Amino acid sequence: MRTGLFLMMALLLAAATSVLALDTTQLADPALQGRYLALTHELRCMQCQNESIADSPVDLAADLRNQVRDQLLAGKSDEEIRNWMAARYGDFILFRPRFAARTAWLWLAPGVLLLLGAFISWRIVRQRAQLLASDSDSVDEDQRS
Amino acid sequence: MLPELGHFALILALLLAGLQAFFGIAGPMVGRDRWSAAVTPALAGQAVMVATAVACLIASFVGNDFSVQYVADNSNSALPLFYRVSAMWGAHEGSLLLWILLLALWSVAVAVGSARLPPRFSARVLGVLGLVSFGFLLFTLATSNPFLRLDPPAPDGRDLNPILQDPGLAIHPPILYTGYVGFAVAFAFACAAMLEGRLDQTWARWTRPWTTAAWAFLTCGIALGSFWAYYELGWGGFWFWDPVENASFMPWLVGTALVHSLAATDKRGLFKSWTLLLAILTFSLSMLGTFLVRSGVLVSVHSFAADPSRGIFILAFLIVMIGGALSLYAWRAPLLKSTAGFELGARESFLLFNNVLLVIAATTVFAGTLAPLISDSLGLGTVSVGPPYFNPTFMLSMLPLAALMCVGIHANWKRGRLSDARRAILLSLLAAAVLGCGITFGIYSNGHVLTPVAMTIGIWIIISSLIEPLYRVRRHLSLPRALIGMTIAHMGLGTGVIALTTVQSFTVERDVSLSVGESATIGGYTLRFVGVKPVEGPNYEGVGGTFVVTRGGKPVAVMIPQKRQFWIQHQVTSETAIRVDHGNNLLLALGEDLGAGRWSVRVQVRPLVSLIWLAALIMAIGAAIAASDRRYRAARAAESAAGVVAERA
Amino acid sequence: MNRFYLPLGIFALLALVLAVGIRHSPDKGIIVSPLIGKAAPRFALPDLADPSHVIDSTALSGRWYLLNVWGTWCVECRAEHEMLLKVHTSGRVPLIGLDWKDEDDRAQAWLRQLGNPYELVAVDRGGRAAIDWGVYGAPETFLVNPQGVVVYKHVGALDESTWTREILPRLPAAPGKG
Repeated sequence: MRTGLFLMMALLLAAATSVLALDTTQLADPALQGRYLALTHELRCMQCQNESIADSPVDLAADLRNQVRDQLLAGKSDEEIRNWMAARYGDFILFRPRFAARTAWLWLAPGVLLLLGAFISWRIVRQRAQLLASDSDSVDEDQRS
Repeated sequence: MLPELGHFALILALLLAGLQAFFGIAGPMVGRDRWSAAVTPALAGQAVMVATAVACLIASFVGNDFSVQYVADNSNSALPLFYRVSAMWGAHEGSLLLWILLLALWSVAVAVGSARLPPRFSARVLGVLGLVSFGFLLFTLATSNPFLRLDPPAPDGRDLNPILQDPGLAIHPPILYTGYVGFAVAFAFACAAMLEGRLDQTWARWTRPWTTAAWAFLTCGIALGSFWAYYELGWGGFWFWDPVENASFMPWLVGTALVHSLAATDKRGLFKSWTLLLAILTFSLSMLGTFLVRSGVLVSVHSFAADPSRGIFILAFLIVMIGGALSLYAWRAPLLKSTAGFELGARESFLLFNNVLLVIAATTVFAGTLAPLISDSLGLGTVSVGPPYFNPTFMLSMLPLAALMCVGIHANWKRGRLSDARRAILLSLLAAAVLGCGITFGIYSNGHVLTPVAMTIGIWIIISSLIEPLYRVRRHLSLPRALIGMTIAHMGLGTGVIALTTVQSFTVERDVSLSVGESATIGGYTLRFVGVKPVEGPNYEGVGGTFVVTRGGKPVAVMIPQKRQFWIQHQVTSETAIRVDHGNNLLLALGEDLGAGRWSVRVQVRPLVSLIWLAALIMAIGAAIAASDRRYRAARAAESAAGVVAERA
Repeated sequence: MNRFYLPLGIFALLALVLAVGIRHSPDKGIIVSPLIGKAAPRFALPDLADPSHVIDSTALSGRWYLLNVWGTWCVECRAEHEMLLKVHTSGRVPLIGLDWKDEDDRAQAWLRQLGNPYELVAVDRGGRAAIDWGVYGAPETFLVNPQGVVVYKHVGALDESTWTREILPRLPAAPGKG
């Protein structure tokens, strides 16, 4: 029920504008513009299903983009802006999960898996190399597929 | 009448699928060959009934029968005929029916193609497929019946979701589902092999062409979906790491691993239990994807309407099917032993690395996709996971995979003798590095640090894939289809790596506001805004903005992106205008009327982006060629002639 | 036990996570506010009744209040209004309105027509205060204690059950009612 209401709200808000968000913001400093684009693409639109504020047509996303712009112009760092957003909307707004105790598993998983995979591969290859002497299977080495 | 007929046909299909599952699984178990023989007729009946149900639903759509709830919700009398047909799979209920139809078609194909397999074995395969059909039919009838009537009938329909009114989307789901469902065949073969205790590599050989064909369809389906998102959603992106996209990408990654491990199992009898597990996992991930998309547990741009009761049903079904298969695995896999040996430089090692890296990549995508759910379930609070997580972690396993592939492609089975190929490896790497850096700095420049590296790897893949076939052609050696197909597929991958690299590194994108007569220059292209004019369609009206595009003073194109307002759903969609020029995709999307004749417009110059989808198509074509290799058919005939090959290594 | 049971074990854990996920899925749209337990964000905004008068949120502390975010463009807010009037008549807690991205004359007409449950209405035309409060869709309602700390947030229309189950128990006992 609540989801229904929520979606309805989002839809009603969205209906007021277009489906496509265009953001004609152009900061004079290209480095700042680059950071602006990067940041708006990694902040989540709170009213939408799964979009960044850069892609979202809803009003609130435009307000948040303006916040990002103003804070960049005021000399805030990317991290300060992310923290500012998260303090208001929670970690839900960050498409780049912050590294913390509760997200450590997520960030460490690829590296740990890679190490584990390397270890397992090494063990299998070593085992199989020892079996080579007793393996009389004569494969057709021409056949490559 | 038609909806009732369809509903009735669906109920009959459920019963027949039940019979198919029962006879196929129980028959061989108790040794009753007459039961086993009843499987094929049951399947034939099921397929006919499912086809009848689909035909009835399509007929209701075509005939604008708005007394059917599903038709009233997803169609309209103003909708063009083509979309009235494709609206059949435009929402949850109908797409489920499409899934069931495709499963029936794959089952029939297996029944025809496996006519020469041992009868008990093929009965088991069809029995497992029947069980899958039964589950999905029960799900449809219990929670998602598309034939429910509306009383009183709606005067007119609520129309198909406008963003689905597009030729790309009309063909995307059938192809994607063909891929998804196709992995059910590998799953069924694996389960049949475990049920029967036929755990040598023969099942792997039998299942190889099916798996490769399913993989080809899934590849095409994902690429089509990405292409559709690119030109229809209006953002101009081609991959968003959205849960729904990931749901199709995970089976693709594990399916790719399966295609490669099947080669090792078929050829050397190696990794037998691992291949079984991959066959189970690939289809399990397809089903899990269905669950994630339809149960509403994840938030996504294009998921179906959420409904927890459906979620509970699918979860129960998943537990029965996946849990059952994995229990069977835990019981049977310990019996598998292989004494085959190989050395570090051998082809087997590289297939092993391929599998390890692909499974790690899939696990990473899995972890990221399910992280919001896992975090919530463990009480760790909300978390969002998006491209800033997926992009780097995916690259972490994909770059080594691509590089290892260029070496491994030269390796022989069993004994590596990579030293023989050292010259070829180094020379191809050198050539690729020169070309890669040349293209990066010569044509584009200003890339990321990884740009020349990834570019080199992409080119290296293409060169490496070509070395062996060219050598064979020069020596007048035979060139089997499996090798041709593999080469084409690998070249497709190389093309994809190159395209992704250029797109990620050199895309120029800006949203500008222009008034009539003004120009803007972006990424070397100058566009002059001529004005807007109204456009009209069968069920929408809108405006088209005209832009004259030039490059260095020379005319390139006149582009007219549109904004459409659909009457019935009151939804606005953005129809992008796309032009390919000098390998660049120039995309224009019309934004808002800013007043006083000013309009905002998105301009995007993506170099080589078309190559991404072309690359996927090349891969799929390669796979299709490999799947048609005569060796599989010949091998199958030989085996059935010799009876059961009991090669317990 | 052997390593071949591992996939089954992992799948069992996954099924458990998915089951919990289904149970929680109806609340998917509700994002837990990081403001709970923290000091209510400060704002100084014009008063809807008298735009020359500035409402400073620091002046509100020292007693319990409900901050209700609304707007005349918001369909759900109209549905909620009846409940707000009930809250007002109960006299248990004062309602402070935050009129979000709205036009003054429309908002004033709305209150004249439907009745005014608010003690004060602050006008947030630019939407900046709403961002500070982490508002992402009207209506939203915050319960603030006398120390100026946010103790509860409700997203969506306030209804009878939220009022009796979530808000009333958090308030001190009504004077004279024991």
